[in-house]
Amino acid sequence: MQLEYFQLIDRIVELDLTDRTIRSEAKVPLTSTIFEGHFPGHPLMPGVLLIETMAQTAGWLVIAATRFQRMPFLAAVKEAKLRTFVTPGQLLSVSAELVHEGSGYAMTAARIAVDGKPVCNAEITFKVTDFPNAEFRARMQEWGERLQIPIEARANG
Amino acid sequence: MSSTFDTVANIIAETCDIPRENIKPESHAIDDLGIDSLDFLDIAFAIDKAFAIKLPLEKWTQEVNDGAATTEQYFVLKNLCARIDDLVAAKGAVST
Repeated sequence: MQLEYFQLIDRIVELDLTDRTIRSEAKVPLTSTIFEGHFPGHPLMPGVLLIETMAQTAGWLVIAATRFQRMPFLAAVKEAKLRTFVTPGQLLSVSAELVHEGSGYAMTAARIAVDGKPVCNAEITFKVTDFPNAEFRARMQEWGERLQIPIEARANG
Repeated sequence: MSSTFDTVANIIAETCDIPRENIKPESHAIDDLGIDSLDFLDIAFAIDKAFAIKLPLEKWTQEVNDGAATTEQYFVLKNLCARIDDLVAAKGAVST
């Protein structure tokens, strides 16, 4: 998890394009300036960053489902529930499913667990567009490779 | 069995918290009912599910942006329902 780059997941550990599900892992860093302010002497992973972590995981699923032909942009978060605190050093298991692939949008459901216990969940909507340009798409492919996205999800996979 | 319009009107009423009695076949989803593009995604999702179709929102939006169609053709509810009926019929034709 690179909080300073807003890249919140470390790797994609499961991807099933038939069932349209994904699972990623993300280790909350032990130190970050974020924890100095949130909160002084009582560091907690901000809930909005947990939501973003779910959104990034679900977003990679949309990208994979379109074989890197389309880019999802966060549009709506519904029924977000933050069930328990997340602290520095914890390993997040982030799961998402593609509930519906519409024309220009996608509906997903995502959740995070720590040690098998539910931490948070949300329904996340994306607007889905063509990549604005080829360079952006190439950068996303590079990022996907760093996350070890399975080869079958890649544009030339 | 309820009509396409009744199903769509009920979806809009529930999704956008608009009184059902205000939703007429002549209502323009955007101009009369004040539904924006983000709220329309929820409506499209519910319509896709209810009718087992995929509303071609991107194609419609592109046509409107290109001046090849008007918003009335797709977003006046009686016209939207006619498009839904066409999509349902086309789906049935493919599957038989």
